[in-house]
Amino acid sequence: MTIKTPMARALGLGSAKSGTEHWWMQRVTAVALVPLTLWFVIALLGLEGLDHGAVTAWIARPVTAVLLLLLVATLTYHSFLGTQVVIEDYTGGATRVITLLAARFLHVVVAVAALFAILKIAFGTDT
Amino acid sequence: MDNTNRPLSPHIGVYRWRITSTLSILHRGTGVALSLSTLLLAAWLLAAASGAAAYQSVAGFIGSPPGLLILLGGSYAFFFHLGNGIRHLFWDAGMGFEIEQTRASGWTVVAASIVATAVLWAFILASGS
Repeated sequence: MTIKTPMARALGLGSAKSGTEHWWMQRVTAVALVPLTLWFVIALLGLEGLDHGAVTAWIARPVTAVLLLLLVATLTYHSFLGTQVVIEDYTGGATRVITLLAARFLHVVVAVAALFAILKIAFGTDT
Repeated sequence: MDNTNRPLSPHIGVYRWRITSTLSILHRGTGVALSLSTLLLAAWLLAAASGAAAYQSVAGFIGSPPGLLILLGGSYAFFFHLGNGIRHLFWDAGMGFEIEQTRASGWTVVAASIVATAVLWAFILASGS
């Protein structure tokens, strides 16, 4: 039982099977970012000084490190989803492909760099 | 085969000013600005991981007048995008679609983001760092 034409069935093409994934993940990450970003701002305000020693000691605490890893992963994912929509709305052709590639590479680089920095501090500092 | 006489949407300049359309483009603008500020967050974390000297140069930039200006703009962009994002989540849940409600929630977001930014900077200035 199919409503596809014989030609469509032969070609085997269809939707890219991603459906509402992009839209939905933008919402899922948005909901997660509400507590994560507010925690980050309030926690920074609560620190006694923002010098190197105080900041690395704070990042090295297990709860801080885990929340920071979640924040960076969710933030860069959400940021990429949003940037992708903006690029797709305003560019076309080769410009679109190149800008989308650049945006994706940059987001992965930022995410890996930040995640690595958190882990290095967390595993390298005695608390 | 290109039909260049096809009807087009009128240019944006013909529309009357509306709080809803203004906040819509501001949501996108602040989103892009916040995406760019993830670079600063990553630089700050990398510098902290690299050692005291590297951290001092990044912290020194953030504490300088241009750095503080970025932080001020970034904090407003954050609170606006947060508030307006929550407004969007309510719409996604099917709530608050009446014209009057969208205007009221829009002005609420504007007021809340200004108050939140002011409160944040009052705390920062009070702590003196």
